[in-house]
This record gives sequence, C-alpha cells and structure tokens, in this order.
Amino acid sequence: MSDAALPQFRTDTAQKRDTRRIRGEGVVVQAVLIAVSLAFLALFLLLPLVSVFVEAGARGWTAYKAAVTEPDAVAAIHLTLLVAGIAVPFNVVVGIAAAWAIAKFEFRGKNLLISLIDLPFSVSPVISGLVFVLLFGAQGYFGAWLKANDVQIVFALPGLVLATVFVTFPFVARELIPHMQSLGSADEEAALTLGASGWRTFLTITLPNVKWSLFYGVLLCNARAMGEFGAVAVVSGKIRGLTNTMPLHVEILYNEYMSAAAFAVASLLAGLALVTLALKTLLEWRYSDSIAASRRH
Amino acid sequence: MTQPIFRRVLRAGLVLGAFTLCFGVVAGARAQTELLNVSYDPTRELYRDLNAAFIAEWNAKNTKKLTTIRQSHGGSGAQARTVIDGLNADVVTLALAGDIDAIAQRSKKLPENWQTRLPNNSSPYTSTIVFLVRKGNPKALKDWGDLVKPGVQIITPNPKTSGGARWNYLAAWAYADKAFNKDEAKVRDYIGKLLANVPVLDTGARGATTTFTQRGIGDVLLAWENEAFLALHEFGADKFDIVVPSLSILAEPPVALVDANVDAKGTRAEAQAYLDFLYTPKAQAIIAKNYYRPRNVEAADPKDIANFPKLELVTIDQDFGGWAKAQPTHFGDGGSFDQLYKPAR
Repeated sequence: MSDAALPQFRTDTAQKRDTRRIRGEGVVVQAVLIAVSLAFLALFLLLPLVSVFVEAGARGWTAYKAAVTEPDAVAAIHLTLLVAGIAVPFNVVVGIAAAWAIAKFEFRGKNLLISLIDLPFSVSPVISGLVFVLLFGAQGYFGAWLKANDVQIVFALPGLVLATVFVTFPFVARELIPHMQSLGSADEEAALTLGASGWRTFLTITLPNVKWSLFYGVLLCNARAMGEFGAVAVVSGKIRGLTNTMPLHVEILYNEYMSAAAFAVASLLAGLALVTLALKTLLEWRYSDSIAASRRH
Repeated sequence: MTQPIFRRVLRAGLVLGAFTLCFGVVAGARAQTELLNVSYDPTRELYRDLNAAFIAEWNAKNTKKLTTIRQSHGGSGAQARTVIDGLNADVVTLALAGDIDAIAQRSKKLPENWQTRLPNNSSPYTSTIVFLVRKGNPKALKDWGDLVKPGVQIITPNPKTSGGARWNYLAAWAYADKAFNKDEAKVRDYIGKLLANVPVLDTGARGATTTFTQRGIGDVLLAWENEAFLALHEFGADKFDIVVPSLSILAEPPVALVDANVDAKGTRAEAQAYLDFLYTPKAQAIIAKNYYRPRNVEAADPKDIANFPKLELVTIDQDFGGWAKAQPTHFGDGGSFDQLYKPAR
C-alpha cells in the first residue's frame, strides 16, 4: 500500500533506493515494534477478554443460561438496550446537525461549539452523573418543581438516558466533523444550483457522502452507551430489576460472590463489543473501495 | 450497490429502535404494587430471604397483591444520600441511626422521632464487629491492641460513606478508651496508628470484604459479624478464621418507613406491615439464619444462635452519647476521623 502512495514522478531507481533505505534500517526496528505491539495486545486486551469468557463458562452451560435468564439480568439487558436505543438515535440526529453546522457554515462562536462538543470527553463520568443529580435531584434546582408535577428524572429511566446521552454525545459529531470539513460544500452547491431542495440535497448528497463516518460514529456511540458505568451508577439508584443496567448488574453479581454469573453477564457485554468490532471489520473489508472513494472524495 | 445496503441498515436500525422503545414503554406501564427497600451493603442475602417470606405471607392475607420488593444496596451513608436526593424508598433499612437521622433532617420525608415508632430502637436485629483473618491467623491478631503493630494491614471501609466502618471505628475507640483508662491523648494516638495501617478505604462494607477475600489484600478485615460469617460460608472455612476481640460494639441497624414516599405512592399499609413483619418469630428465625443477631432468641433455631459468641459489647447510647453526638464528633467535617486519618503518600 505505502509503495503505491509514493509520488509517481520519481524515477524507478530513486524509488527503489528509498524503499531499500526505509526497509534496510527498519528490519530490527520493525521486528521489535511488531513484537511489542503484539505482546501488548495479547497481554492487555486479548488475555482479559479470554478470561471473561473462561470465567463465564466456569460453571458450565446451565449455570451460564441461568445467569443470563434470571429476571434481574433480563431486566438489566432490556434496560441497557432501551437506554442505548434512545440515546444513540438522539445523538445521531443532534450529532449530524452539529457536524453540519460546523462543517458547512461560518458563524460566531463556532470554536466554542467545537469545544463544547468535546466537553463530555474531558469531564469525568462521575461528574457527568452528579450534575444531573444536582439539577434534577430532590434537593436540586428543579427538584421541587419536578416533585410537584410528579416527574421522576434521576433514579429512573430519564436520568439514565440523560447521563448516557451526555457521555456519548461526542462520538457521532467527532467522526463527522473532520470528514464533512474535508468534503467541502461543492457537491451540495452543485445540487442546489440544479434545483434540488435543501432536504433532498441532504438525503442524496451529504448523507451518502459521510455514511461511513456516520456508521463508525454510531458503532462507537452504541458501544459506549451500553458499557457506560460511572455516570449511570450515580443516577441509577441501583434498584435491582428496575434501574440497573448491565454494567451495574455485573458489579452487583460480583459483589454477591456470584463470579460466574457476573462474568456470564459481562461476556454478553464483551460479546456486543466483539460483534461491533466484527461488523466494522466486515464492512471495511467488503466495501473498502467505496470507503476509500468516499474518504478521497 | 452500496447505497441500498446502507439504506437497508438504516431502516433496520430505525425499526429496531422503535421496537425497543415500544417494548420499554409497555413494560414500564404495567401496574404493579411493589415496595422499594433501600438498604446498606451486607444485607443483600438477608432481605432476599425476608422479602420472599413477607410477600408469601402478605399475599395469603390480602386481596391487593404485592408483586415485588425491590432492593437497592450500597454504602449506608451513600444510600441515605440518594434517598435525600429523591430515590423513592418506601422503607430504609440502613446500618445506623445517624444515616436515617440525616434523611429526616435534610429531606423532611419522615419525622425526627422515627426511631421511637418501632420496638428495640427500630432495630429488629443487631450485629457486632469482629475480625476476619487469613487461615491460621499468621500475624497472631487476637485483640484490638494487636492491630497497631507495625506491618499489619487492616481492611476497613471509609467511615464517611459506610455505616459498618463507623461501627468499626467506634468499636476500636471503645477498646482504647478502656485500655488507656479514658486518656484521650493515648486513645487518639492508638486510632491514628490503626488508621495508618489501613492501605485502602472502600466505600462500602461489601467492597471491603471483596478487597480482603477476592483480591487478597490485607491481614485482617474489620467486619460486620454477619459479613464475616457469610465470607466463611462463601469461600469455605479453610481460607479464613473469625477472631472475636475482647470487646466490641453493639451495632443496631435500624429500619424506618419513609412517610412522604409511601403516602405519595399509596403503599403505607404494605410498607408498615413489612417492617412489623421483621419482628415476627418467622422473620427473626430467618434473621438468625443469615448470621444477624435476632432480638427474639427463642424464635430462632438454637443451632444458628450457637454461632454467636458472647462478648462484652458497648453501646452507642451509653458510651458515645448516641449518634446525634457521635456522628459530628467523629465523622463530621473536621471530626476525629478527619484529624487522625492521614492517607498514605
């Protein structure tokens, strides 16, 4: 791949000399680098992942099935899917809007907006959860009003969704902004000149152009939404079977000396991560040409 | 070629999302009479058994059925905080009266005299603090005095968030008070040395137990008696020993109805019956089986009662002037714990 990327105007000999120099010096360095990365991956990523599945299966298939079909576990799985099912589409819509605004328009406060999008990355998840308790808790700014109107936000589904949306917001926007910026707005201008409406331009030009970035954004956003622990732990209230998401349920099981069950539920989460990874790899492999085309566009 | 695929994925995603949404809304809308018991860390197993027994008893007698009793567990102080912040607990069953006092004072959801509403200081069971050590007691830790020896690692949770840790702290204080004839300088010196031997402060009792038993950190765990027995039961008696010190504290974990919440939810009758149930012979037997000391010893299986060693127990009311005094003196901002605890650098 890298050879093909070398500038074409060089002579053949110059190109060979360059390549040889790069490779010649590199043999040892290359071997060391590869060994170090592989060892690191095996030790810090593969080993823990394998151990999750080994521990999960430690007590056999029946125990595994019992752990993941137990009512509290099923409730946790439902809740996690529900929270992600609300948070991810919301972040897709708002993420596209924000990326669109930043990439295609010039306006005052644009840099401020970009920094704000990154805010959830730089804030500790515990703080992200606590701000919602401060705002919507019984002693919070809106606490009295919410209570008077019988609305429960923290320690219920809305709080979990809010915290998840907050924590996972940057993923879609962050993926889209650089891509949209590099695309420029020439295609859209052409479509508009030809008489297409704004909405049609968006659907037929902009969205297809950025579909791969959007897809990655959604995958990452979803993975984090399902796996989020810190922010969700603060606003959950930890009511079993009601406000416990999968990551919280894993901790509870572990603390109740039910390691095998804890790892069984953890293996479901790990499985989701693996599916995400496989999906991403598959798409990259199957549509590599189209991805490259849309990137180069 | 690629565009239809992309559209299909998008459409499938939307349909899936819509389904999840509908499903969740339907699941949430199903009407159920249920109670929420917000409890402290080590009572998970206890209330699992008690709840099943109470639901069976209630549903046999009443037409308005009770489907579930929901549980929430965590460090006692942290749990009190979430109830103050709006967690809709019907009943709170916490590690110490001071935490329920905090709920009464800050949220006004129950009257300040809550502890007089049920028998035995509103505590249907008691416990005490014992030592859990590694099998064979390799560091020969027999009493509180041995804990301050150099090189002994003590596991105890953070008294700021954990009720059990506050009982631990006061038990140690009571021992030192007696050992040094109420010489406060020496008592403080002892507590300072004790805290210096603590490598890590977990937020709740269960977290501390996990640190000691599963992560293998420390020589001795200062534990609730019930928590120590449970660890023996879970991991086998060949891994740990329980050491009963010469003196400990009578821990009274109280229970209370959260009036404002039950009235808003219309669950007062169920919640009150639930708390009264805890004092019945049936519940007292379950309590003893789960290694808590029952108030009604006759109701329990004598085999379970034989587990509990006899030892000298001081009380919070006689020796520390009650939680209203002990809480600010020792655990409030700038209290004795803040003065004496110096985190390892």
